[in-house]
Amino acid sequence: MQKITLESLVEKAVSLLENGTVTSVLGWKKGEFDYDITPAVFESADELKKDFVWNDFCGANFSKYLVSKTCKSEGKILVFLKPCDTYSFNQLLTEHRFDREKVYAVGIPCEGMADINKVKEVVGDGISKIESNGDDLVVTTIYEDAPVKVTCKDVLAERCVNCKSKRHVAYDELLGEEGEVIASERFDEVERLEKMTPEERFAFWQNELSKCIRCNACRDVCPACTCEKCVFDNPNSGVENKAASNSFEEKMFHIIRAFHVAGRCTDCGECSRVCPQNIPLHLLNRKFIKDINEFYGEYQAGAEVGLRAPLVDYTLEDLEPGEVFDRRDNNA
Amino acid sequence: MQRIGVFVCWCGSNIAATVDVQAVAQALKNEPGVVFSTDYQYMCSQAGQDMIKEAVAEHNLTGIVVCSCSPRMHEATFRKTAAAAGLNPYMVEIANIREQCSWVHKDIPTGTEKAIILGKAAVAKVNLNTPLTPGESPVTKRALVIGGGIAGIQTALDIADAGFPVDIVETKPTIGGKMAQLDKTFPTLDCAACILTPKMVDVAQNDKIRIFSYSEVEEVSGFVGNFDVKIKKRARYVKEDLCTGCGACVEKCPMKKVPNEFNLGMDNRPAIYIPFAQAVPKVATIDPNACNMLKNGKCGLCARVCTAGAIDYTQKDEIIEEKYGAIVVATGFNPISMDKFDEFAYSQSKDVITSLEFERLTNAAGPTAGKLVRPSDGEHPHTIVFVQCVGSRCENCAEKGKEYCSKICCMYTAKHAMLVRDKYPDIETYVFYIDVRTPGKNFDEFYRRAVEEYGVKYVKGMVGKVSPEGKKLKVQASDLLNNKQLNIDADLVVLAAAIEPDKSARPLATMLTASMDTNDFFTEAHPKLRPVESPTAGVFLSGACQGPKDIPETVSQAGAAASKVIGLLAKDKLTGNPCIASSDENMCNGCSSCERVCPYGAITYVDKEFRMPDRTTKVRRVAQVNPAVCQGCGACTVACPSGAMDLRGFASNQIIAEVDAICK
Repeated sequence: MQKITLESLVEKAVSLLENGTVTSVLGWKKGEFDYDITPAVFESADELKKDFVWNDFCGANFSKYLVSKTCKSEGKILVFLKPCDTYSFNQLLTEHRFDREKVYAVGIPCEGMADINKVKEVVGDGISKIESNGDDLVVTTIYEDAPVKVTCKDVLAERCVNCKSKRHVAYDELLGEEGEVIASERFDEVERLEKMTPEERFAFWQNELSKCIRCNACRDVCPACTCEKCVFDNPNSGVENKAASNSFEEKMFHIIRAFHVAGRCTDCGECSRVCPQNIPLHLLNRKFIKDINEFYGEYQAGAEVGLRAPLVDYTLEDLEPGEVFDRRDNNA
Repeated sequence: MQRIGVFVCWCGSNIAATVDVQAVAQALKNEPGVVFSTDYQYMCSQAGQDMIKEAVAEHNLTGIVVCSCSPRMHEATFRKTAAAAGLNPYMVEIANIREQCSWVHKDIPTGTEKAIILGKAAVAKVNLNTPLTPGESPVTKRALVIGGGIAGIQTALDIADAGFPVDIVETKPTIGGKMAQLDKTFPTLDCAACILTPKMVDVAQNDKIRIFSYSEVEEVSGFVGNFDVKIKKRARYVKEDLCTGCGACVEKCPMKKVPNEFNLGMDNRPAIYIPFAQAVPKVATIDPNACNMLKNGKCGLCARVCTAGAIDYTQKDEIIEEKYGAIVVATGFNPISMDKFDEFAYSQSKDVITSLEFERLTNAAGPTAGKLVRPSDGEHPHTIVFVQCVGSRCENCAEKGKEYCSKICCMYTAKHAMLVRDKYPDIETYVFYIDVRTPGKNFDEFYRRAVEEYGVKYVKGMVGKVSPEGKKLKVQASDLLNNKQLNIDADLVVLAAAIEPDKSARPLATMLTASMDTNDFFTEAHPKLRPVESPTAGVFLSGACQGPKDIPETVSQAGAAASKVIGLLAKDKLTGNPCIASSDENMCNGCSSCERVCPYGAITYVDKEFRMPDRTTKVRRVAQVNPAVCQGCGACTVACPSGAMDLRGFASNQIIAEVDAICK
């Protein structure tokens, strides 16, 4: 259950539209189902009042949309940012990917978003309606006569269970109360994978990644993947249209992508949210984040604008490659 | 498709003894693109090169692979051979089958197998090679020397001597630097001023040299051959072209209580001053922090006594913009602050002084006119204790001093002690040392003379504590050789303070994108083979800004830096290295990753308009590489997240092709 209300967000958006501060609003809109919320651009008060949605399925991180929106539109765009979205916002600013002048950012508190797959585990398929009621979700399905109550806490998305921060690191205006950075247990699962033997770990990833259908949703949603031309779409990169030499090679896509976003990934978790095959892709990125923290000291991408990521910086205290190599041996 | 010729060299028995060269030539014949393959005893010989040229003509070769020694040895040779045969020189690849193969393997099967693999990798690369042409850039035939000490002076004189104009920028009102403050110089004991001031006059009289004194470098942009520099000439409130240096203003100035920095604050100077008699330029300077006229508009005496009408209280800082082809850094050194060395009571007693202060105290032009007296009461000292390595070789006290050896202290302390004993045989002199380091021409002889002829008492050990008691200084020290504690009642204690680079060096290095070590000394391009060049092209190093140095070393390095500058300025055009980075603007995200990792400052960003498929235009921030500054290190290509940045001659697809060929 979100503490900030839909009405207050719509009211804010309408007033900013009407007083001319912004000319459009980036917000959430119902998709095919109640839980299938999609990002949308609103340009009038009427549209906002009719279609704007704010509920426990508004997980989409809007930061990436600013890249294409700010280079085209003339006026300012209003964007609502949950705490974890603000990290992506800062990281994209650090990389000069959008025009800050054309953005009016409103920070909003977030109590954690629900994972529809966890809801389905409780109530089964065929969901026709979901409504919020206090700390519960009231779910109606086409198979059951009476709606089923599910406690929000029980169906929180993994990234929200392990939320790293309820503090906004960027905004022009803040609605509701500011939270704090949280000492989360987000690396526990990575540690479990690290403790596996190489064979076990390979089997784990082969099992997970073999589900991949290469829909590219993870790349398309990722706020770190904003390249003008992705290497996977680039005929000069040597990887496009390359025949896989074995069944696992195609899945190198995810490992290459993890390398490409290493040091820039803010751990927003969008990759895992949008994966239609439910592959825990965030674990690959978290492994890199954990390694960077251990090798070069704590580093949170996007914590501030202009931070120099350890992988593209050099200090005398940096670990020697040999020490990294030794650690690999100890792990194996 | 390329038509590649493979040439396998025996290098006498250097390669042929561990690699079956015929087998290598035979195996590489079947690689894609290879139309000709052979082996020969010495490919680098005239006969070998002729063989390559003939093969190019006969087989219409478009690319060449030479399996031979390291490209460091003969890559240039074979590129010239290719050029002579009408090929682009960058269509040549070397497979190193000597240093990385025959010399490290013992048996022929292993050596041969590896040589074939290395050859295949080179063939795979040549298949993707494209002809490259180096760019050219013009050279501004003027040099800038930053710092007007003996290093800067010597460099400027040598460059001017070769006919090129030189500008010296010096922050002090006069050139001369630290050497002008010294009394005598080791190991010959000639007077510093006597050998320095003629050089200063040479600089003043040389019509190729301009001196910007009381000035500093404000901004540097551009690159080798084409630097744009902004120099801030601080207001000295005296018109340089009118002032004759007569000194009437200095004499009449009523504000006489300003600590004299030239004498390290051991006496006072007026608000308007000329640092010393032989100053160049010999022009007065008004200290705006002390002058009553500048502070509150009351006085104006100097303007009244100046017959030349040179005083101008309304003078403002002036910015001079100039173009230079080369920049020499000669920012020199300073003794470190003694604030953190309370054990030597430097801040408690006037009679504890640094060695540079001792120089002024014994200098005929110094505060005491050369008479050695105690600064506290002007009395004749009877016992002097010299302490060496104060802040030098501090392994465990990095926050207090320096880890390195300051190099000059052993010798000047021997000099000080010797001069004291020579002039005042009644004064007892003790020198406390960790080691006495005398590696220089006539240095050890000099030190032995101090001990043997002049009776200077050298004690191995450090001074633990100096405490002022009455008129004396109680010195507690240990004598390590005799294993006993010493208590000496001294009248004067002289501390050989460590030296450190001038504070202006760090911001200057940032401006020049020149690299520094952790101690803020400038780093050289190669510690042995390129000692006076900075890794940044067109920036050269002279004197103690690169590391502690005595005068002879400084002068020889200054001359070396000058010869490197002359070599650069003598060229009309600079030919670049074509193996440099370039950015594909259509793929560049403008994220600045490359700019941040570039050690040479070769990458800048521009906002550029792009036509989109839907006929709109879009302004995007994209990276641009300055080909004259890029050194082709490739750091940007790996930092680039989108793969927009690539290195010509070492493109990612070429490297991958090599790896594929090796792993196949």
